[in-house]
Order: sequence, then structure tokens, then C-alpha cells
Amino acid sequence: MASVESVIEGREVVICAGSGGVGKTTTSAAIALGMAARGKKVCVLTIDPAKRLADSLGLEELGNEATKVDPKLLEAAGVDTENGGELWAMMLDAKETFDALVARHAEDAEARDRVLNNRIYQQISGALAGSQEYMAMEKLFELHSEGRFDLLVLDTPPSRNALDFLDAPTRLTQFIEGKSLQIFIKPTGLAARVASRGTGVVLSVLKRLVGFDLLADLSEFFTAFSGMIDGFQDRAHRVNSLLSDEQTSFLIICGPQGEPIEEAVFFHSKLIENKMHFGGAVVNRVRYRLGTRQVKVKDLAARLDEELKDEDLSGRMARNLSEYDVLAVRDQKNIEQLTKALNGEPVIRIPYLDTDVHDIAGLCEINRYLFTEEEERVDLATS
Amino acid sequence: MCPIRLNAFIPDFLDKRLLFVTGKGGVGKTTVAMALGIRAAMEGKRTIVCEVASTENASRLFAQSEVGFREVELANDLWAISINPDEAMREYVLLQLKVKAMRDLLFRSRMFTYLAAATPGLSELVTIGKIWELAQLDRKVKHGRKYDLVIVDAPATGHGISFLQTPRTFAAIARVGPVHNQAKEMEQMITDHEQTGSVIVSLPEEMPVNETARLEGELRDDIGISVDHVIMNALYPETFSPADIKKIEKLGKSEDPELRAASRAAVSLATRTAAQHEQLARLREMISADISTLPFIFKPELDLKSARQLAEEVA
Repeated sequence: MASVESVIEGREVVICAGSGGVGKTTTSAAIALGMAARGKKVCVLTIDPAKRLADSLGLEELGNEATKVDPKLLEAAGVDTENGGELWAMMLDAKETFDALVARHAEDAEARDRVLNNRIYQQISGALAGSQEYMAMEKLFELHSEGRFDLLVLDTPPSRNALDFLDAPTRLTQFIEGKSLQIFIKPTGLAARVASRGTGVVLSVLKRLVGFDLLADLSEFFTAFSGMIDGFQDRAHRVNSLLSDEQTSFLIICGPQGEPIEEAVFFHSKLIENKMHFGGAVVNRVRYRLGTRQVKVKDLAARLDEELKDEDLSGRMARNLSEYDVLAVRDQKNIEQLTKALNGEPVIRIPYLDTDVHDIAGLCEINRYLFTEEEERVDLATS
Repeated sequence: MCPIRLNAFIPDFLDKRLLFVTGKGGVGKTTVAMALGIRAAMEGKRTIVCEVASTENASRLFAQSEVGFREVELANDLWAISINPDEAMREYVLLQLKVKAMRDLLFRSRMFTYLAAATPGLSELVTIGKIWELAQLDRKVKHGRKYDLVIVDAPATGHGISFLQTPRTFAAIARVGPVHNQAKEMEQMITDHEQTGSVIVSLPEEMPVNETARLEGELRDDIGISVDHVIMNALYPETFSPADIKKIEKLGKSEDPELRAASRAAVSLATRTAAQHEQLARLREMISADISTLPFIFKPELDLKSARQLAEEVA
């Protein structure tokens, strides 16, 4: 099975998707670092990296703009930067990106301020369904258009479900464009009727249900957005087309347990359905099988005791390997299932390392596995 | 249920009426929420565990028990429900508008459909509304069962904070009227430390520990909810002492691959256990809530049986 380098070869955008807690941020950073070490100008876009990882990259005061990681830090960890490679990173701020988007699409300063100052916008713009995901794509699109980097690696926002990411533009545009807004803002729409204190039957039922004030605020909010519909719509389509472009590749990051594996399979089928380019899957924290055969606790304990002359310790060791092996067998089965479902597309297994990864040296450790061929990977993991 | 050896301590947060189980994604929130539910039911409390999810991302634990948007009895005194915002919205309208003609008019109205879909935060509001309704002694739904305890498997952090903030947001936006009043009532319940509490589920690793410390602050200061406990999940056993490891390491160069494997697995476990204890100590420094631990379960998949096993350990 291939190295991650061959998986993303020729791509300009790599999107790392997966559910929460599977090591997405770490994997994204590792890929970016690995490609920088191979002479590329790479930027990793992340939402909320671990504090220590951010610290180790020197990114403490990072805002919504790309910042270059000091080459000295990379050199200190043994990463060669003589070949012109650069590692950049940025932390996304969904609210700030949303504000900037509003500013860009507003007809004039007054229209902009009407949205930015709207109480509903202020209260909810950060939490709007799909807004974080959409804003991540938006920033990705912006950076890609600027053409400053050879490769962009996007660590998708944490969510329970990887699919949330793909759905985000649809959900957000459903809200911004389309029928929902128009029904409020057309001359006979809700907003006009609320404004003129109309008396329609539906309106009066709605008033009774949610109260007039809230209805009025909502109408104002939707109306304030109305001037920007075209701009948003156009932008959303272009963002969407970058996602399905040849230059873009999706990697699914997952863990070896049943639930994340099932989700990875489902996400893959959705990608194919949406005609997006699937690069491969990275399975983190895999317990490789250590022994060569099924663990028989009694036999193994006896063999260990011959060497150690310590019956109690030998018993504990044998039971421990047996417990480990239960999980290793599960991982193996789940990954076989994943490989089958992906029709032979690359599946890269990163072993469950003894220590947590939270610095450049740790990322380099991961890259020994990411940037190598399968055979070597197995040797490394089991030796 | 099988005969059990219960931990003598009954966690006092189980005496509340409403308990939110929060934490970063992937820390085992659903399993812990279920374990707490089982434990409360064992103590004779009529308990319901709620999952907050749309239909397509219901967790396995719930899906396997075929729990949907209805209260399903899983065991003696233990129920579960998966709260889907669309269904919660529908139920809300049914409860609000007593006149059938009015409801029908609204459900048929495109304007309502769009308003419901487009209003930011509305899904979260009706979901919390349903949770609130479940926790009422005087249930709003017909023939509603009375529960002693409602346990919520809350959305992952990030989303979790804004989720719990929704009632306050709506109470502020709506100023007056029915939504304002209901949101206010929900907010009052969430911030009532006598009735409502929260536990944070964490893992003994760098990122989850940092996030737990941050989350504790946000829950206390931004939401105003009581943080009763942190549950450190999936702790490995301390099977090997440093003296053991010295002996074991010698086997690392053995000719026999099985002995090498046993040695490698033992050293890995000892290394991970030590790292976990460092993280546990870090967390103790960083937070003020009490911490208890749950063991790692060496099983291919965690199911209701594993949750039952954990239920006995919760203290």
C-alpha cells in the first residue's frame, strides 16, 4: 500500500475529514510537515490544535492569517528545509471569516453594518448550523485563489460526523440563498407582512407560536441578508466546485474501532456519490499484531516462566498480550473490511504509538509511517 | 441484570434531576452516559438517557437498542430516547397549539417549514425544550412518564457550549412572548445547581485534558451550570512495576517471537500507563471538580454489557 506522498501527488488541496477524536489535527499537521520536508510550500489550516502542538510550531498568537513556522524549529527536529520547503499554519476563526464574507458581499457599508449589528447575527453567527465547516471551506478557497502555496492541507472542524462537512455548503446556502430567504423578503413575504403588521392567518398563528418581537427580529435579519444573496450564492458554488476539482483530494482519517470504520466507509460512498476525489484512508492508533499466532495464555505463561523464573509476572505478561491481541485482531478485521469497501484504494495504518504526539519530533515519528510503503511500515511497526 | 458488586459510594450528582454528560469527541461520552443511567437505575431511580442526534448519526449503542424519538425501556427503571430536532419541533407545535385546525394550517404552510429550517439555533432550542419537558414532574405530553433523573449525552465540545447557551440566547433575542418565557424557564433550570448538573468525560491524554480544563471554565462561567464531576475514562491497569519492566526488557532480544511480543506488549502498556498518570496529575492541577476514573475495557466493541460493567465502577 502506498505512501501518503503518492496518494496526494499532483494535488493542491488535501482535505482531512473524519469524526472527533481520531487524530485529525495531528495527521493534518504531519502531512503538511512531511510535504514541506519534501520541498513544498505547504499551509495547514486547522481549527483548534492542541496547545502544545501549537506551541511547538511557534503558533501561540496565531490569528485568522497564515503564519510561517520558523525553519529553525523544523531544523531542530531534523527536518531538512534547504530544499525550499516551507511550513505555514493558520487557525481558523469562523466568526471573523463570516464577518469578512458579509463585508465583501454587502452592497455598501450601511448594508454591511445592518447585518453585523443585527442581534440575531451577533448571537448566532458563530453557532449557525454548518457555519464553521463552511467558513473553513471559504478560507481554503480564498488561500487557493491567491496561489501562494503548492499545497493546502485542511483539518476539518470537529464534528460527530464527517458528513457534516460535506453538507455544510448545502445547509448554509439553504439558509442564505434559495426559497427560505425569498419567502421572507419578497414583497408579499413574511418580512413585509410583519413590517406592515399584517393579519394573515398563518402569520397570526406564527405570532402566537413565537411572539411578534422575535418574528420581527428574524424578518429584519433575513431582510438584511437579502442584498447579499447573489454574492453568497456565486461564492458558494465556486467553493463547492473547488471541492470537486481534480486538484482536490479527500483523505479520511479514522480510528480502528467499528464505529469510525463504518463511518469512513459511509463517507467514502458519499464522496463518490458527490463526484469528489477520494485519495485514501489513514487509520490511526492501530494495534498491529505482535505475535505470529493466536495467544494461548497458559502455554505462553509457561514459556515465559522458563525464562523469567517468575510465575506471577509470566502470567500477567501472557494475559496482557492476550488482551492486546483481542484488540489487534479487531483492528485487523475492521481494516480488512475498510480495504474491501474502498475497492483497493490506499489504506495507511499508523500504529498506536507508546507516547502521545504533541511536538514536531512526534510528527516526524508519525511521518516515518505516513511517508513509506506498506511493507516497510509493517516492519517498522512490529520490530 | 446479573449479580453485581457495587462501589459503595453513590455519586451525589445522580441525585439531581437533570445531568448533562459533556466532553470532547471520541472520549466515550455515550458509553459513560449510559453507564451513569444504568447506575442510577440500579439505585432505584427512574432514569432516562437522551441522545441528541439527527437520525443519520445516532450512535451505535442507541441504534442497536432501536431507540428513536420515543421513550424506550431498556431495563428495569431505565429508559432511553434519541432526540431528533424535526420531531421535537413537531411535538412542540402540537403542545403549543391546542386547536387542530391551526396546527394543520401551520404544518401545511411553506412559510413555517422554511422558518423552522432557516432560523439559526431553533433545532437546538426545541431539542433542549424536549429535554426540559422530560425532566418535568408534570409532563406536558399525554401519559408522560415521570423520571427521577434525565441524563443527556450532550453534543461534543465546541458545539456543546453553544448548545447549552441556546436558551439564554433566545431568551435575550425574543425579549417578550412565548419563546422568551419558555427559553427563560429552560435557562433557569439549566443554571439551577440544585436540580441540574454536568459531568465532563475526559481521556488521560494531552488534548482531552486541555479541553476538559477549558470546558470546566466555560460551563461554570459562560453557561452557569454546575460542574459536578470529571470522569477520566479508559485508564489502563498498572499491571507492571518498574522492577517487572527491567526483567521484561531482557526478553526483548529473545529468539522466540512470542516472547518478544509479550515483552513488547508489556513495555508498551507500562509506558502508556505512566503517561496516563502524568496526564491525570496534570488534570488534577488544572481543574477544581472532583475526578474519578473508569478502566479501559479490553473488548472489541463497547456495548450495553460494557456500560453495565462501567456502571459498577462509577463513583
